[in-house]
Order: sequence, then C-alpha cells, then structure tokens
Amino acid sequence: MTTNVSLRRLRALCRKETLQILRDPSSHIIAFLLPVVMLFIFGYGINLDSTALQIGLVMEDASPEARHFADNLYGSPYLRVTTGFNRQAMQQAMTSGRIRGYVVVPSDFAEKLERPAETVPLLVVTDGAEPNTANFVENYVRGAWHGWLVQRAAERGEAQPIEIAIESRFWFNTAAKSRNYIIPGSITIIMTVIGTLLTSLVIAREWERGTMEALLASPMTRTELLLSKLLPYYVLGIISLFLCVGVSRFILDVPFRGSLLVLLGVGSLFMGGSLGMGLLFSTLLRNQFNAAQAALNAAFLPSLMLSGSFYEIQSMPGFIRAVTYLIPARYFVTAMQTLFLAGDIWPLILSSGLFLLLSAVFFIGLVALKTRRHLE
Amino acid sequence: MTGPLVTLESVRKIFPDVKQPALEEISAQLWPGRITGLVGPDGAGKTTLIRLMAGLLSPTSGIIRIGGLSPGEDAVKLREFIGYMPQKFGLYEDLSVLENLELHADLRGVVGDARAATFARLLTFTDLGPFTARHAGKLSGGMKQKLGLACALLGQPRLLLLDEPGVGVDPISRRELWRMVQELIDQGIAVVWSTAYLDEAELCQEVLLMNEGRLLFYGKPQDLTNRICDRSLQIRHVEGDRRQLLTRVLRRPEIMDGVIQGHNLRLVLRAGCAPPNLLELDAGAGAEWVSVAPRFEDAFIEALGGGPGGDSVLAQKIRPAVGAYQTVVEAVDLTKKFGDFTATDHVNFAVKRGEIFGLLGPNGAGKSTTFRMMCGLLVPTSGTARVMGIDLKTSASDARQQIGYMAQKFSLYGSLSVRQNLIFFSGVYGLKGARQRTVVDEMIDAFRLQPYLDAAPDSLPLGFKQRLALACAVMHQPPILFLDEPTSGVDPVTRREFWTHINGVVGNGVTVMVTTHFMDEAEYCDRIALVYRGGVIAAGTPDQLKAQVSTPQNPDPSMEDAFITLVQGQAHDN
Repeated sequence: MTTNVSLRRLRALCRKETLQILRDPSSHIIAFLLPVVMLFIFGYGINLDSTALQIGLVMEDASPEARHFADNLYGSPYLRVTTGFNRQAMQQAMTSGRIRGYVVVPSDFAEKLERPAETVPLLVVTDGAEPNTANFVENYVRGAWHGWLVQRAAERGEAQPIEIAIESRFWFNTAAKSRNYIIPGSITIIMTVIGTLLTSLVIAREWERGTMEALLASPMTRTELLLSKLLPYYVLGIISLFLCVGVSRFILDVPFRGSLLVLLGVGSLFMGGSLGMGLLFSTLLRNQFNAAQAALNAAFLPSLMLSGSFYEIQSMPGFIRAVTYLIPARYFVTAMQTLFLAGDIWPLILSSGLFLLLSAVFFIGLVALKTRRHLE
Repeated sequence: MTGPLVTLESVRKIFPDVKQPALEEISAQLWPGRITGLVGPDGAGKTTLIRLMAGLLSPTSGIIRIGGLSPGEDAVKLREFIGYMPQKFGLYEDLSVLENLELHADLRGVVGDARAATFARLLTFTDLGPFTARHAGKLSGGMKQKLGLACALLGQPRLLLLDEPGVGVDPISRRELWRMVQELIDQGIAVVWSTAYLDEAELCQEVLLMNEGRLLFYGKPQDLTNRICDRSLQIRHVEGDRRQLLTRVLRRPEIMDGVIQGHNLRLVLRAGCAPPNLLELDAGAGAEWVSVAPRFEDAFIEALGGGPGGDSVLAQKIRPAVGAYQTVVEAVDLTKKFGDFTATDHVNFAVKRGEIFGLLGPNGAGKSTTFRMMCGLLVPTSGTARVMGIDLKTSASDARQQIGYMAQKFSLYGSLSVRQNLIFFSGVYGLKGARQRTVVDEMIDAFRLQPYLDAAPDSLPLGFKQRLALACAVMHQPPILFLDEPTSGVDPVTRREFWTHINGVVGNGVTVMVTTHFMDEAEYCDRIALVYRGGVIAAGTPDQLKAQVSTPQNPDPSMEDAFITLVQGQAHDN
C-alpha cells in the first residue's frame, strides 16, 4: 500500500488534468453553459405562483350590485377575467383550456343579497384536472368575494360581517415568490449533476484511451492519482457554484442573505461527495458512456425528487421521507435555502455540513478502496 | 554483462471466468543488450506477459524476477527502472509533444539540468524537435510511436517493454523505430518487443514464440528457421492459372504450406519429403523447382501445425460471376478533399473481371478514402467511380448491390448472435424466405460456424470473427468483393485460410479489391497500386514493382523493400 504523495508528481498530474479541462470543450459546456441554461429554465420556466389566472365570468344578473361585485373581480391582481353571458360558452372555454375556471353570478344575486336571511348563491366552477390551480382559483374568488362584502358594508355604514382580520406575512420570502424558493433547490440539482458528470468521465477516459496503463507503470501513487482527479474538478465545480449564485442574485433577483465564506465551506463539502460519486462510477465502470449514464441517473433523479428542492419532504409518505435522509442533496438544499433566504443560521448550516462531510468521506473513501494500483 | 535481467519460471496466468489459461508454464530469461521478441497471433498471451513484467498483473503461479526484484513485492522500486509503452502508445492526445514529455519526466523525477539534457537527447533521437508544440493527437502513427518511445525512455530504464509498437504504423516507421531500439541495445538496455509481424521477429536476438498462452519456441529465431532449411522452394515459370495450381499443390501430402508470390508459388515441404513432380501437377512445361532461403514464418507455420490446405468450401457455394463488363471497377481522376486537405488526388485505376487488385500505402496515404468512394460511402469531390459500369454518384445503391464489403475491424453487430448477424446481413441485401435460409445454412457449413451460432461475435476467436465477416459480405453473391484490411491482427495460418477462400472465389470470376499493410499479402494480388500522399505513385504486378527497385546490392528485393524504396523515392522528389 503506497499512500505517500510527491508534490512534484501531484503538481504534474494536476497540471495535465487542468490542460485537458482547458482544451476540452465538453467540460466547459458542463461547467459553465449547462448551469446557466438550467438556472434560466428553473428560474423562468418553473413558477409555482399563479399570478394572473385566466377565468371567466357569467353575468346572469345585470343589477348594479352584481356589476359592483364584477368590478371587484376585475380589480384583483391575480385574475384576468373574461366576461360572457352563458354558461355553455364558458364551459367550452374551460374544456379547451383557455380559462382555468369560471364564476356564475345568478339572476337572483341582487335579490337574495338584500335579504339577510338568505344565502347568496355564487357558483365557482374550476378545472379539477389541475387541483393546484383549481385551489388557487377558488381561493382568489373567495378572497375577492370577502373583500367586496367588507367594502360594501363600509360603504353602506353597516357593521362589518367579519370579526377577525387576517394579515398574512410570508417570512424569509416576503414577496412569497416561489422563484426564491426554487432557485436554491435548482442550484443543488445543477451542482449534483455537474459534480458527478465531470468526474464520471475522467478515469473512464484514461482507461478507454489506454493512458491509464502508462500511468500505472510509472511511479505515481494511488493517492496522487485520486487527488489529481479531484482537485482540478473541485476548483471547476466551485467556480460554477459561484457562477450559479451570481446569476441567481444579479440576473434572477433572488436575495442572498448568507456569507460567501459559508457558501464556499458548504459548497466544498457537497462537491466532495458529488465528485466522489462521479469518480466511483468512473472507476467501477471504466467506460465513459456507462459512467455518465449512471452518474446522471444516480445524481439527477434523487436530487430532483428526494432532496426537497421542489417537492416538500414533509408531504412525502413516511418511508420515502426516511430515504431522503440518505440523499446528500437534501442537506445541501437545506443549507442553500438557508443561505439564500435566511442567512448564516448556524444550527442548520452545521448540521447539514456534518452530513455533507459524512457523504464526502463515504464516497471518496469508497473510490480510494476501489482504486487499484494494477489491472486486476 | 553479468546475467539475465529478467527471469521467468513456470509463469502461469489464469483470469477469472476464462477457462483457458492466458499463460501456461512460461519459462525464459531476458538479457540486457538484447531485443527479445514476443511473437504470436492475437490472443497468444503477449500483452499479458508484458503486463506481468510491468507489475500491472500478478501471476497465478510461477516466479518473475527483474534485476533480482519481484514485480509484486518491490513494485515501487521496479517502476523506477522499467520503461513501458502500452498498445496505442499511452499518449494524451490533447496534450502537446512537450507536455506529454514533461508529464512523464515529472512522474519519473527527471528534473533540473538532467531534464533539459534528456529532452534535448530524446527530441534529437526521435526527430520530434520541430513538433514539440503539436498535440499528440495530430501526429502521424509513426510520430506517435516515437513519442511513446521517448516517454517510456524518460528516467533511463534498464528494461524497456514495448507492446506491439508496430501496429497501425507503416513499414518505413517500423524500420526507423527498429533502428532506434537497436541504439538502445548498444547502451545495454534489455528490450522486450511484442509483435504479430514475423519479419520483425526474425530480426530479434531471441524470440518467445507463443500461441494460445503456450510457449512454442524459445531461442534464436535462426535456430527455428534452420529447422526448415532446404525445405523452402519456389515453383517458377508457372504456365496457366497459378491460383488453381496452388490449390492442386496444397492437396499433395508432401506440402506443408504454400503461398503465391507474384507469378511464382512459394512452398514449404514436410520434413523428409521430396518435391512432387511438376508434370503431374500440370504446372506447364517450363515450370521448375528453385530452392529459396527459408523464412521465420515457414517455421512458425510448422510450429502451429502446418498450413490449412488449399481447398475452399466457400468457392463451391459461390456461383460464377459472369457479365458483359470486362472492366468491373474503375476510378477516373478520383479526388476527395476535406477542407483544404486533399486525401485523394486524381487517382486512376481499372480492375478487370476476376482480378485481385491491391491498394497499398502508409497510414493516412488515402487508401481507405479511395476505398470508401469506390463503394459509395463517400462522395468524391471530383472524378468518377464506376462499378459494373454504374456511376456511384448517380446510383450508389444499385452499385452497392453488386459489392460485398468487408470493413476494417469487421463491423459485426456485437449485440446480435452469430446466426442473427448472418440473417441480418442477408436480409439487408434483399435475401428472404427459403433462399435466405439456404444461403445462411451454406455459410454456416462453409465456414464451420456451427459451434458458435448463439455466441456473440466479440467472444469468437479472431479467425472465426473474420470468417463470419467474410460470410456476411458474400451471402448475396456479389460479383465484386471489397476487403479493407481484412487480415489485421490475425495469425498466419488463419490468414492462409482466408486467402484460400479469396483465391477460390476469384477462380469463379469474382473480382476482389483489397487494402493491406502485410507486404507479403500484396503478393497474392494480380496488380497493385501504391498510394502515397493521396496519389498513386506506382502501379503494376508485384513482380514489376519489385523489379523496379532491384539493384546490384539487392537483386531479389522483397515487397517491403519495393514499398519502402518507392515511397522514399517519392518523398525525396517532393
């Protein structure tokens, strides 16, 4: 077992690896283009807010009261209202997807409103094919309705029908913009993919091109080989992490409240695990294509589905929630969301950091174990 | 010189999951100041033996000692004095010549003044001085080989292991490398040179002749060749078809092996046999036996158990090719440019029905480009390629139906079984139903593929892979066969068998166009075009080309001599 490291040899190997990175357009694409493109897709393409939902309004009652209520719907920033006069037309518009739901103001609207004992029948039809959007439509209409009742009572000098006034505040994401929550998660997914993809190719490439044999026959040690495969890609990965954070902060306008030093620390630990996982596939499979496939599947899918980046872990069934504890990306998502939205919250940073450290040690240790100094 | 540098004692190597041992009881001694040849076909165990010496594998049993050390236990010390050039040279193609050298110099601790001196010496030695900034991937095969050697020589090794340094390199570069290694020997280095080229083996001081993991011979190549002495003969002044005569001669029990050499036949007798009567063989009135110098290859064939005989079952299955055209393949001013690089420059030739036509040339000379234009895989920039009178530019698919194409590396489908490959390729060429089944069965029969029908092509021995590839190319009974380096890496006995089939189908009127880098195979051709830097620099029968370079010093040049002299003459003119 040879574990000694000669700085001269390590420097030479790192230099070789760096030159290869600089001359290989595919690693530039993976490290710099891919993250930016993915960030824009995640940042602009995925939006869990539903501002400006298209809905329809059927006015069967032409009374001033009904029109007054309609004005209130028009005034809502969350709704784009198209008015029509029969239900069939609206039903068709909803079936063809032009509107997400519609509101019917029945012909006896004003009449029943005048009689306090009566319930005012307001029909809200929503598209149940997309329950999330359907909920939004219902809630926004309900909100507009209550707003209108309060306003109407005040205008008429009547007692307000609502005893409790709710004032919502979204902490950490005051504008309640889902982008602010998606971006830290996206960066995690991107960094997982980049980290594993970059290194999944590099040892397999040496085997495929027959250069590994020449290296193995030289006095190079196993530790030198591993370090030379980790260090240059670590630097590349960190550059691309800071690129991602920069783009998020300055182009996508997501606030970043933590410190860059903590970002570097947490990012380094996470890169350790990702790069280690990539190297593991590369070492075991010795074939660039297979290693890249394995890296994508093992890195991308869990970090997308099970890390809490988009899908809340709290709402997963118990045993899947248990599995998420094994996904390093989960801890990085926590750390990134904390750094972006809340700042350096040490208890969270430290506990995620600890798990990231464990995963880095696990994967790099496994690679070291599987790296042989000979061909068998 | 105190003693052997390397001692091998009963070395065996068995890989898990492989029944047959990769190496079986190999014992030998390698001395400093000598080139020891590791000779044998693919799968002989040459690479395994070299990797064992380099400490990359450990033996299943037996002892290896290098300078008194064991590659297993003293690996760290041994790496300091072993230089190893793996197959494909182990270079980083995206690094420059100098960067490759610097990497290996750093790894081997060649620093400071010693480094500058070593680089200067190696760059002069390899003539790579003017190319230090060029990326290794942009070097020619010969230059890559020299750079690989230079990298292996950093740190002044006492043992130099070269794994098939001649593969993919033209004869001129091979000779140059040989001269360079000769210089190293004079400095007292021990060199191990593995090769499938028997002419290279003949030049080594000692050889280990291997086949399927066994050591068939260990000693001076001359000692092996001497076993054949007085048994190598030529039949000269043959009248009539020399290919049919070869078939008749090989049927005689006295004959161990035979090949075509231009207009003559070259034959090896079995030990203790007299040459058969030429009149009985119907060789023509003027034909005569002439004694020639035995070659290492003769002895090798005998060590492998003799030649394969001269009858081709395939020839009986191929229907005679007849037709109106006398000139069946024709290139007129064929030119192909890739950007500003001219790969093929106004190439002209015409191949007649029933001829074997060979394209020879160094790597990168334009052979494959020409070939691909002739079968419609590349569109020429200018000029015309015609097959059976059909212009490939206008009706490539009609022309392709007339061609059987066997590509380099055999291009079989690795994920299909042998039988499925046969069915697929016959289907591609439009065979179906009962006819398809008959043809596939005939091929299985002719090439003795029964034991391998359900196996994947990659698991076949190389010889069987080659047979399968040939079967796939001839099933639709094409009147023309295009063979692109069909015998690379195949052992001499299998190559003989392959040429027996080719001779057989040519006897039926099939026309064959072939590229090869085995110079002795060029002798099978009726005519040869020598391609160099995109143009044809010489054309004619093998005997004509050899006669062109005949000198008083070398009155009977080999095909390789002719090749080298003609190419170098051309290089000087430029």
